[in-house]
Amino acid sequence: MKWDVVIGLEVHVQLNTKTKAFCACSTQYGAEPNTQVCPVCLGYPGALPVLNEELVRSAVAAGIATHSKIRTKSQFSRKNYFYPDLPKGYQISQYDDPICYDGYVEIENEGKKKKIGLIRIHMEEDSGKSLHSESGTLIDLNRSGVPLLEIVSQPEIHSPQEAYAYLTTIKQRLRYTGISNCNMEEGSLRCDANISLKPAGSPAFGTRTELKNLNSFRNVERALTFEINRQKELLESGGTITQATLLWDEQKQETRQMRGKEESHDYRYFPEPDLPPVLITEDFIQNLRMQLPEMPDLRKERFIDKYDMLEDDAAVLTNEKEIADYFENLVKLFPNNVKLARHWVQGEILRILKEQNLSAGQIPIKASHLAELLQFVDRQDITPQTGKAVLDEMCATGKSAAIIIDEKALMKIADSGELSTIIDKIIQNSPKESARYRSGKIQLLAYFIGQVMKATKGQADQGITRKLLIEKLGPVTEG
Amino acid sequence: MRMIEELRREIRNIEQFNIFTGIDWKWLEKHLERQEKLDGPLSGKRIVIKDNINVKGLPVTCGSNMLKSYKALYNATVIEKILAAGGIIIGKANMDEFAMGSSNEYSAFGPVKNPVNPAYVPGGSSGGSAAAVASGIADYALGSDTGGSIRQPAAYTGTVGLKPSYGRVSRYGLTAFASSLDQIGPITRTVAQAAELLEIIAGHDARDATSAVQPVPAYSKFLTDKPKKIRIGIPIELLKEAIDADVRSAFEKTIDTCRQAGFEILNVNLPNSRYAIAAYYILATAEASSNLARFDGVRYGYRSQSEAKDISSFFAQNREEAFGQEVKRRIMLGTYVLSSGYYDAYYGKAQKVRRLIYKDFNTALSKSDLIVMPTTPTPAFRLGEKCDDPLAMYLNDVFTVAINIAGVPALSVPMGKTEAGLPMGFQIVGRPFQEGTILQLGHFIEEKNE
Repeated sequence: MKWDVVIGLEVHVQLNTKTKAFCACSTQYGAEPNTQVCPVCLGYPGALPVLNEELVRSAVAAGIATHSKIRTKSQFSRKNYFYPDLPKGYQISQYDDPICYDGYVEIENEGKKKKIGLIRIHMEEDSGKSLHSESGTLIDLNRSGVPLLEIVSQPEIHSPQEAYAYLTTIKQRLRYTGISNCNMEEGSLRCDANISLKPAGSPAFGTRTELKNLNSFRNVERALTFEINRQKELLESGGTITQATLLWDEQKQETRQMRGKEESHDYRYFPEPDLPPVLITEDFIQNLRMQLPEMPDLRKERFIDKYDMLEDDAAVLTNEKEIADYFENLVKLFPNNVKLARHWVQGEILRILKEQNLSAGQIPIKASHLAELLQFVDRQDITPQTGKAVLDEMCATGKSAAIIIDEKALMKIADSGELSTIIDKIIQNSPKESARYRSGKIQLLAYFIGQVMKATKGQADQGITRKLLIEKLGPVTEG
Repeated sequence: MRMIEELRREIRNIEQFNIFTGIDWKWLEKHLERQEKLDGPLSGKRIVIKDNINVKGLPVTCGSNMLKSYKALYNATVIEKILAAGGIIIGKANMDEFAMGSSNEYSAFGPVKNPVNPAYVPGGSSGGSAAAVASGIADYALGSDTGGSIRQPAAYTGTVGLKPSYGRVSRYGLTAFASSLDQIGPITRTVAQAAELLEIIAGHDARDATSAVQPVPAYSKFLTDKPKKIRIGIPIELLKEAIDADVRSAFEKTIDTCRQAGFEILNVNLPNSRYAIAAYYILATAEASSNLARFDGVRYGYRSQSEAKDISSFFAQNREEAFGQEVKRRIMLGTYVLSSGYYDAYYGKAQKVRRLIYKDFNTALSKSDLIVMPTTPTPAFRLGEKCDDPLAMYLNDVFTVAINIAGVPALSVPMGKTEAGLPMGFQIVGRPFQEGTILQLGHFIEEKNE
């Protein structure tokens, strides 16, 4: 039997505002437990929330980045439930009238483009963290009140691969806006998935299960694949799906039940009386739209046109905003040879980031320094090989290209006189090879070039070396 | 030092009324030392604070076993203002647990007795605050009013109680009962004192997003000004409610006094006020069920001695053992009305009633400058009389709750005593942020009654 897979994703994004959603506490990651807290985020009697405007700004930015409609009047609601790391016994969230709604992102999967609709994006606060140990459970409330956005997709995702592509796209676009690092490992991006199967073509949805504890994009893909197979086998053997919340067990690579429908919470949402409605103006939205950077899809198209590059190359360069910015900055400083610039960013800069395990925002060489180096390479003052060595040296020492080249005398030997002496010596030291060359074994020219390069540590100009060698080795007698 | 000794003696004399949840003499000594150096409008003045308002270093029990051992870590905004004005905070006033009650009998610290007649309740929930002023131990008191909790005890004890417009006074540091209805306000012996204290505590506060950005007028000035032509509205439907004969005649007498003084008296309509109590007990309990969720025994407050078998029984035990009956009743009511499937029928409908009541007041207060009615339908009742009949207790709020729902300001000013010698209150309701006009009429009535 054929089945249609229906997946909807809920993504929680932790924002990188300096302070919490409703108080002035720091959001810095990794501080001593319970040091970034105050009466408000601890839920002490009488403390009241005051909205951080940065949260609103971030939410609107996310809305713009996802083609969402934005409400000029939205409101907060309370989501009520008891949990030890939820100090107030409710989470301030949005329920009716979230700030953004009805958006979409375009994903690409197996070469095909597809739009995935977004139902809503809403603002909320995070809970604290429970740290379970053998001696008991400890609570860290540093995270309590840290601002989040929840992004809810339409159930328009039809395979684990599409889910992966969707998450990648959301992450890329949000990172472009700068509102979050979207780092799943650090917990600044979290994802829950709703999944159901229905007979192919059937209009009615099947019973869904909710998957939680998906801590990497790959795990989302794996867990969904597992769950599709589980549901398929169950349905095909005549069973029925029961609505439940499932946890992904990474060790066992399987899902297991966390709670059933009857244990599901009734959150008793109602409008948050401590906060007036959130009012924003069209001007605010327009200004923000102007301030936001070009989104990755548009930027990619522009790179293809403006810099005359292939789609794949443009995709690599625009995947992360910092890399694309770096490239454009470099091209501005070094407009002579865009192809060379592209080549070096794509090849060398990305290699260095990978080798040194750095993020796109941590490129260890200034674009102006790379531009200087590329001038040397472009003028063929140094060979590309030398250039790469210089780049590594620049990384290690922070010195400029000119200084390194000068200090190590790395300029190419294009002086025929100097090269002539070196070549004479090599021919003299290789009488056998010279003779065989002259008797017709012209492949040996490569051997001589190699010897010259060895003697000059790669700094000899290839063209001149070749010309001099042919001259000096003398005419070849056909055997 | 002399003041401390005086205070000790005076407080011993009024012990029978059970006004305080506690007095920390050590704290008080240091506090006096600091405050005596200040020269402000409240210098030398004694103030009692309802025990749901945070005063740093003092317990904020909210009249509950839940918070009996909890000390405030910061000052409420109103407390900072009182401290800066030189006021002397002598202690925290007993109250109905978490401000839920109309008789001050629902307190973990025992009932407060009415200084006018100790067989009677002082009203609630700010019963301790009103009794403190009525007994003379304090010049001023702060109460909080969610559905009448300042005005009703003021009426029962023969004091003046003002519930300001919603947003007039910062709620920062007031332990929330129903956030959209709660306001802190003064309870005093005279209208002039209420004006003075309001002027000090009112104003916008960046820490309370619901506090209004409205200038604070010099309220005392209104009292020295000759009352201008004030139009006084009588809510005819509301007065059809069952009202005690003494209360009705005192009210009508007061109206006559106003008429004779040349004020224009006209009828106004508040047709939806008859739904006010029903709507109030949905809105207030819904918010309370959420506001009181933080009292779970995890970070502070009461923690049960018995071993909990899991996390939900941990929460349940702490709350079961620490909350009193009335608080539990309201939490359950509030939880129920917010439950999925019931939300529209209860909370949704109550919100609609709220809008209608707001409109009613808006319309009525465009025809008249003020609306007047008795503060309560009866004078104070005897201790224990209504304890077992929550509905009878709730109906006592018939004239006060609609005002919180509409967010408008109201003052209760004494209008004489019953034959049995129990005080009664005359309630004056005004337009939002027009407390000045209310105080003006209140002052006039006060003078006429003297």
